[in-house]
Amino acid sequence: MSEGKLCNKKTVDTVEQLHALLADKSGKQYYEEMNHLEIDDKALWGTIQKTFKSRLKTWLDICSHCGLCAESCFYYLANDRDPTQVPSYKIQQTLGELIRRKGKVDNAFMQMCMDTAYSKCTCCTRCGVYCPFGIDTGIMFSYLRGLLFSQGFTPWEMKIGTGMHRIYRAQMDVTSEDWVDTCEWMAEEYEEDWPGLTIPVDVENADIIYTVNAREPKHYPEDLAEAAILFHLAGENWTVPSEGWEETSLAMFAGDWAACKMQVESVYAAMERLKPKSMVVTECGHAYRATVIEGPYWAGIKSGQTPVPSFHYVEWVAEALRTGKLKIDPAKKIKEPVTYQDSCNYIRNGGLGDFAREIMSYIAEDFREMTPCREHNFCCGGGGGLNGIGRYRAQRNIGLKIKRDQILATGAKLVVSPCHNCWDAIRDMEEIYKIGIRWSFLKPLLISMVEVPEHMKVAEQ
Amino acid sequence: MYDFVTGPLAWIAFLIFFIGLIARTVWYFKGLNWQLDRVAYRPHMRYGIKGAVRSIGFWLFPYGSRSWRNNPVFTFLVFLFHIGLLITPVFLLGHNIMLKSSWGFSLPTLSETTADILTIAVIVSALFLVLRRVSLNEVRIITTAYDYLLIAIAVAPFVTGLMARYQVSNYQFWLIVHILCGEILLIAIPLTKLSHFILFFTSRAQLGMDYGIKRGGMKGKGFAW
Repeated sequence: MSEGKLCNKKTVDTVEQLHALLADKSGKQYYEEMNHLEIDDKALWGTIQKTFKSRLKTWLDICSHCGLCAESCFYYLANDRDPTQVPSYKIQQTLGELIRRKGKVDNAFMQMCMDTAYSKCTCCTRCGVYCPFGIDTGIMFSYLRGLLFSQGFTPWEMKIGTGMHRIYRAQMDVTSEDWVDTCEWMAEEYEEDWPGLTIPVDVENADIIYTVNAREPKHYPEDLAEAAILFHLAGENWTVPSEGWEETSLAMFAGDWAACKMQVESVYAAMERLKPKSMVVTECGHAYRATVIEGPYWAGIKSGQTPVPSFHYVEWVAEALRTGKLKIDPAKKIKEPVTYQDSCNYIRNGGLGDFAREIMSYIAEDFREMTPCREHNFCCGGGGGLNGIGRYRAQRNIGLKIKRDQILATGAKLVVSPCHNCWDAIRDMEEIYKIGIRWSFLKPLLISMVEVPEHMKVAEQ
Repeated sequence: MYDFVTGPLAWIAFLIFFIGLIARTVWYFKGLNWQLDRVAYRPHMRYGIKGAVRSIGFWLFPYGSRSWRNNPVFTFLVFLFHIGLLITPVFLLGHNIMLKSSWGFSLPTLSETTADILTIAVIVSALFLVLRRVSLNEVRIITTAYDYLLIAIAVAPFVTGLMARYQVSNYQFWLIVHILCGEILLIAIPLTKLSHFILFFTSRAQLGMDYGIKRGGMKGKGFAW
């Protein structure tokens, strides 16, 4: 069976493999090798027979081809109503065909499936909400990504990302030492402005264990400091784990289910070890989805619940504002028109729409909803891992148009976006389309408007 | 011939219909897998049932869901079509007379005018649904010959029923063709995509349980279909 050196069916479990992939700039050699990758159709069909059960089977079988899913898909709308972007069409041409051919497909077909599953679907699951039969094409594409991954057909960045999770239990090469160092550094850096500020590591029985997105320690360490400041102001008894601190899962985007399991188990182990009362996840959509919503199933927890109750950052903020742990200075509320980007992963797929509105009612004087919003929101255009995949940059940029127009229609120039993927997509949108908007996570906004109790202020010199 | 189509063939058709639908339902639920579907069905049955009922309820009534409301004309046609398809054969006077004579009981019946209106509504709405398939790009691209065949199977008993009722020509001939078409429809329901007769409910129930248990149902007010 022909296998490439970089592009193959093997998972990335060693630093050497990872470095070889990283050295291949933009995945040039990787994608060249993919052209010669052979398909193990027996293994593929075997996997399908074991995992393709009544829910998925029924979805594919009973689709009445009514086309109601068309308008639910932002790709269809962004591509001038191109009929080849109709979700039903996309899934029938790929997964549907794969099943009809009992896995006996060729390389070109698999690459077409990969291109479709990544550049024409962000797994936002909006189509499932508009289908009379509840056919969730996003879930099917996620399943297809898993089949493709098992045969080595995954975008270069996804192969790297899954390797990162397998090696570092993080989507980036941030080791436990790096992480703990960053915590200490941030606490020191900000202590002068916030007397008494600490980032407690590995404290047992805390009320909250706080977990993050590896991008934060790697590229935006101030985010961690901001989280610490807000917990400090709110008087929370909190901690971070030295291991099991990473919530994200590029493995989920790639369909590397074994790596998904490894990743979430590292977080659950931290819960078991430190016995906190609850977990709070940073402002990231897919991280919450992976570790809180889907994770228990990968880990085989029959209740479908994380070992301790887990909350998205917006839930913590809403509660802190509601109970007065954090008080907003009315004079500092956002005066200009402001809108909120509903992340598919914790709003549609997590039911947290009300918490977002509750927060906005405390911090904004002129909050403007996008249309549609809440559970019916459109994907930012960068979901499903798409922000990070160079091969599909052009397609992603077209997809951004829908969110761009939604934002413009609100008249707001500021977008609150408590999700890393949405935040990135909106940043890139501004870079490409130059519409004159700003975007922000909640943390910096909250710090700029929260009332600081006297005893927490820096003593006047 | 009449005795054959109303006797053994009718038995076979009804047996396939009922047993087929039961089998479909059993297969569906037996094929659900908490870990593959990633839905903890059993431990959170109460949330699951609530989610399932909401998911079916909002879609069972015209304009109940956002998607139905976004497509008012299509929704009108779909409901007209399905209401006619379901109500007419069950409550038709002629069918109930046969039911009474063979089984000794009958159901409430429709007036002949109502039955005629419903029958014509089925045929006309089906025509518009076919036209929609032909004319809209996003529907045409996914439409296959099989889709047209299924519409034909569903509508044939209504066309032939009208022919027999108004006795355009040979009554006996059209009656037998009508009965045959009805039996083909009964057999096709569990064996083809028309199985959405029951799988609409199971599939909607499943997604409802998914949203009700896992995707926010235990935190929010329930999904705003």
